[in-house]
Amino acid sequence: MTIKTDADRQVRLIAFRQTISRWDVKFSPYLYISPFFILFAITGLFPLLYTAFVSVHDWSIIGGQGDFVGAENYEFVIGRTDFWVALRNTFSIFVLSSIPQVILALIIAAVLDTNIRAKTFWRMGVLLPYVVTPVAIALIFSTMFADQTGIVNRFLTSIGIDAVPWHAQPLPAHFVISTMVNFRWTGYNALIFLAAMQAIPRDYYEAAMIDGAGRLRRFFSITIPQLRPTIIFVVVTSTIGGLQIFDEPRLYDVYGRGGADQQWLTLTMYIYELGWTQQNFGRAAAVAWLLFLVIVIFGAINLILTQAIASGDGTKRKRTRNSKVKVAK
Amino acid sequence: MSILSKEAELLAGPPPKQRKARGQNLQNPGWLGYTVLTIVMAAAVYPIYWAFMIASGDAQTIVTRPFLTLPGPNFGENVQRVINSPTLPVSFWTSTLNSIVVSTVVAVSVVFFSTLAGYAFSKLRFKGSSGLLYFVIATLAVPTQLAVVPLYIVMVNLQLTGNLLAVILPAVVSAFGVFWMTQYLRQALPYELIEAARVDGASMIRTFWSIALPAARPAAAMLALFIFIQTWTNYFWPYIVLDNDSATLPVALSTLANNYFDDYSLIFSGIIVSIIPLFILFLVTGRQLVKGIMEGAVKG
Repeated sequence: MTIKTDADRQVRLIAFRQTISRWDVKFSPYLYISPFFILFAITGLFPLLYTAFVSVHDWSIIGGQGDFVGAENYEFVIGRTDFWVALRNTFSIFVLSSIPQVILALIIAAVLDTNIRAKTFWRMGVLLPYVVTPVAIALIFSTMFADQTGIVNRFLTSIGIDAVPWHAQPLPAHFVISTMVNFRWTGYNALIFLAAMQAIPRDYYEAAMIDGAGRLRRFFSITIPQLRPTIIFVVVTSTIGGLQIFDEPRLYDVYGRGGADQQWLTLTMYIYELGWTQQNFGRAAAVAWLLFLVIVIFGAINLILTQAIASGDGTKRKRTRNSKVKVAK
Repeated sequence: MSILSKEAELLAGPPPKQRKARGQNLQNPGWLGYTVLTIVMAAAVYPIYWAFMIASGDAQTIVTRPFLTLPGPNFGENVQRVINSPTLPVSFWTSTLNSIVVSTVVAVSVVFFSTLAGYAFSKLRFKGSSGLLYFVIATLAVPTQLAVVPLYIVMVNLQLTGNLLAVILPAVVSAFGVFWMTQYLRQALPYELIEAARVDGASMIRTFWSIALPAARPAAAMLALFIFIQTWTNYFWPYIVLDNDSATLPVALSTLANNYFDDYSLIFSGIIVSIIPLFILFLVTGRQLVKGIMEGAVKG
């Protein structure tokens, strides 16, 4: 009797262990990915949807949720010139920072892709600005480009050029703010392009050389088309980040409100202005959703545009990112 | 790289440094190439050097000094004045400490959760895995920064404003991190090793802990580095939700700029002080940063 129960118990124990093990195999993957999904749902997805909820309510920073007001916040915001000025500024800063940045990064990458000495030194050198906080960059540049006392204007006047109203006028202000962005990110993007360039088979260049193609011709007919996916990647990510720009314009002067005539007020600054200065969360949330929409639209436009521009001969599409680079070695 | 050599690498530790003669048939840069690089380098270094020049002078330096000159003698003294200032509402010591705490906690947690999820996505078979991975990639394009309004409402309700947790909690996972670790583990971790561990009776979590985690170390280190820098340089959300006692370095710096409007040498000393920690990190890990960007096309 006792022997039988012992055996029984053991059989059951093994069966139990097997069940546990099967569950382990079956549910572990979900367990491992769940932290990301749960936390993303709480801190990313929910707030984004909740923004929509807030935007259709009267909502002040102190009183909290008020009445449902429908599209009133949106109507209010769209009716303000501030909004349109901010949209214009955001767009202008974005164009001034993304296009020159991509071109400059491509040139730097092309040079780094040659047989230079001290490779690591140059690569680290161009990356240096990346570790400087945007706040610090903004403070340094806004001082250098001060209208009256800044060294840039002093330099310009010393060589006989008129001082530029870097703060007083919108376009010069956008230029400086874009320069701050370019300062931090150009080298970074150059390294991304460099990685992609190194993945291009060298025989393409040799064949082109034999066919008599010069340096520029090779760059435009081989390098650029081969870099297409990488260029698209860089442009789209900089769209998402660039349209949310806040740090640099916020610290472009000490008041942080985008200048006396909103010369450099951006949409994210406007969100802050409405929400935390004017204490109206409903309107801030409305602008946040509008900006979200703008980003989606521009991301899509940029995707289409870069695809059209970069597809010289789009027949050979090659994936050039990360793992592929490694495999190619 | 073949699976075999990868496996050998796993067992033998990191390989000796390879100096691959990649560039035999590369073009020479010529003087034009070096000129371009020198200009780029000068543009990268000059603003920082200029800032140090102002920081090491006195209040008048910014007006009197030309564009390029040797640093002055006052840097140490200026830094002392900034750090020990009785009128400045933020403490640079505290905010540096705050930045270290926030960046470290976020980096460690992102790396851990990303490796966990990346391991599951790259090496384990389960229903819906590819769909879920696409979802992760899609969330990369969602500008979550725009959710500051409800995030702030939530933090107020949780009474977390002015608490470092308010900055840490929304950042503990990263879609980019999951994508990055998935990509890496896919090629760096051979199935044979996982199977061997399973045959030896290791549970799933034990397999992860003893096999996947060590294999993920190089990519995890890079990811940690990028997340650390990204968190350290963040301004928008910390500025909204933190107060003077809980300020991170960029927030403290912006407060300083508003309070010492008249004396540029002090403002710039603060700027330099805020730059130094990441500079040191850059000097030590710059090589890995370059490698990380080139292998992963990271974008913060």
